Amino acid sequence: MMTATAASHRAPADDQQPAESLLEIRGLEKRFSLSGDFLEQLKFRRGRIVREQAHVHAINGVDLTVQRGEALCVVGESGCGKSTVARTVMGLLRPTAGEIHYDGERIDHLESRALLPWRKRMQMIFQNPYASLNPRMTIQQTLEEPIRLHNASWTPQQVRDKVAEVMTDVGIAPDWGSRYGHEFSGGQRQRIAIARALAVDPEFIVADEPISALDVSIQAQVLNLLMEAQQERNLTYLFITHDLAVVEHFGTRVAVMYLGRVCEVAPTATLFARPRHPYTQALMSAIPRLEDDRPQHLRLTGEVPTPVNLPSGCVFHGRCPAANERCRREVPRLIATDDGGQVACHGVEEGRLS
Amino acid sequence: MSTTTTTAPATTAAPPSRWQRFRDSFLFYSFKRDLVAQLSMLVFLLMIAAAVFAPWLASMNPYDLAQIDILASELPPFWVDGSDPMYVMGTDAQGRDLLSTILHGLRVSLIIGFGAVILQATLGVCFGLLAGYMGGRIDAFLMRVADIQLSFSTLMVAIIVGALVKAIFGGATFSDYAVWLLVLIIGLAEWPQYARTVRASVLAEKSREYVDAARVMGLRSRRIMFRHILPNTLSPIFVISTVQVANAIISEAALSFLGLGMPETHPSLGSLIKSGFDYIQSGSWWITLIPGLVLVVVVLVINLLGDWLRDVLNPRLYKG
Repeated sequence: MMTATAASHRAPADDQQPAESLLEIRGLEKRFSLSGDFLEQLKFRRGRIVREQAHVHAINGVDLTVQRGEALCVVGESGCGKSTVARTVMGLLRPTAGEIHYDGERIDHLESRALLPWRKRMQMIFQNPYASLNPRMTIQQTLEEPIRLHNASWTPQQVRDKVAEVMTDVGIAPDWGSRYGHEFSGGQRQRIAIARALAVDPEFIVADEPISALDVSIQAQVLNLLMEAQQERNLTYLFITHDLAVVEHFGTRVAVMYLGRVCEVAPTATLFARPRHPYTQALMSAIPRLEDDRPQHLRLTGEVPTPVNLPSGCVFHGRCPAANERCRREVPRLIATDDGGQVACHGVEEGRLS
Repeated sequence: MSTTTTTAPATTAAPPSRWQRFRDSFLFYSFKRDLVAQLSMLVFLLMIAAAVFAPWLASMNPYDLAQIDILASELPPFWVDGSDPMYVMGTDAQGRDLLSTILHGLRVSLIIGFGAVILQATLGVCFGLLAGYMGGRIDAFLMRVADIQLSFSTLMVAIIVGALVKAIFGGATFSDYAVWLLVLIIGLAEWPQYARTVRASVLAEKSREYVDAARVMGLRSRRIMFRHILPNTLSPIFVISTVQVANAIISEAALSFLGLGMPETHPSLGSLIKSGFDYIQSGSWWITLIPGLVLVVVVLVINLLGDWLRDVLNPRLYKG
């Protein structure tokens, strides 16, 4: 989209506003070994010893750009690699191939010491608020820790003031600081987890399904809290979710993932109004709606292929109604569409699909 | 609570003190309801007190040769004919008052038991944390070392080291440093027990999100290991510690019985039992039997307390 090599002959439509990219993911791949250590990989086959390795291909060449100030939602079914993308971006996992650039500088190969200045600028909110707070630490200790680490010169009073400030911001009374995580409800814990992320004043937050473990009545509150924080602090989000209603409410742009690849990226309204990729179309038609006259629900046949043996060509070809010989052979690249998005589909490129 | 007008009363705002929190805890609650645990704790505390105050409780100092009367040797305890009221539990073959010797021996046994466990726990916790958190080659290396170590029995290691030290430095030096040597030997021989337990808990805790959160924060591995993961693995460490104290005391007694532990001039419970064993056929059963009973009671109450603690801290029964 806005890569440094702007030699692409097709200028995307949204190039008109000079949106500045904050995070760029290029050709990211992550494999997890299934075969254990070296000795376990040795197998005896037809009279000789061979080394066999199997991998789960969690992400296979993801290109994604997050622009400053936006909320990029990543959607996709379970196991499509969206959480792996989030964890790789945060440096919790080391990518097998590809690069991650933050604000113009490559960060994926840095050691943890060298990453420290970036840690202050990017923070993460986790899925399960019951596991993301240390059960043996009080809320005060939990929140003071990142502030102390990143502001070594602050006095204890400054640290306490900052903790009180972020606790108030997320709607937790500051005098509850002496309590432990298990004394709070799920929604309150997630607020505390958000406070921990906000405590170091980051500019970029990766949220890995932050509301899917919460009670439905609490989800909206936490989502609104995240949106308020975005407005007040000018935050950028990479928001992982599988809830399309949340995407419609929250996202500036949406990236749809399938089996470790991005199949479509588009502004939220565009994607919901006119999905281009056959998988996105099926996904959108699966949203239950209170309309009688809407077109029939697109029903996909078959199963998601295993990420251990990836299909050749387009990962979706086995279930795609419009797949042809080229789809089985050639991996589609992301191409810009006329309405401001990108789609990885030979059918759309050739004009076979609308 | 009441943020009304004038002076804000500091009522509910004050956090509960440590003692209050302990009194409200499940640990204390279940202790109050468990008679066996209470009795064991009582006996255990009495034993500890007896060991700590041994020099003041004992009627004579068994290490002071001037106080020993060889003519008063092998006197029976008070309920047997021919006893001397000065020696309540009788005397041993060298004329030492058995009660005083047992008190001092208990002290030696408990020092070795706790000292060895502190050493084991320190080594085991460090290696276990390192293996579990770092994974990969470090894990494989440390766990293979632990496997090798476990394949030698504690006694075998202790016998070899003890014999070597005796041969190199001579028996006199060995006697002087016997307590610390035994702590070292038993401590070094049993660290894999801790390392394996800690590693298993670390592997379970490592996958929880608060560890990821700490990594995202940018904390150093050492701080994550000791500040975040270790406090969450303490329950199994406590439980095996009780069992290991009992084990260490037994190991020491066994070594002493084999003649590789505490010297006769500075006896532990084990070496008292051993010294009495030679006289059991000649009718002086009390020199072996009474220290033996004390040893059994010490180990039994520690094991009972460990059992109770394991039940209380079992996360499947209670999770707080």
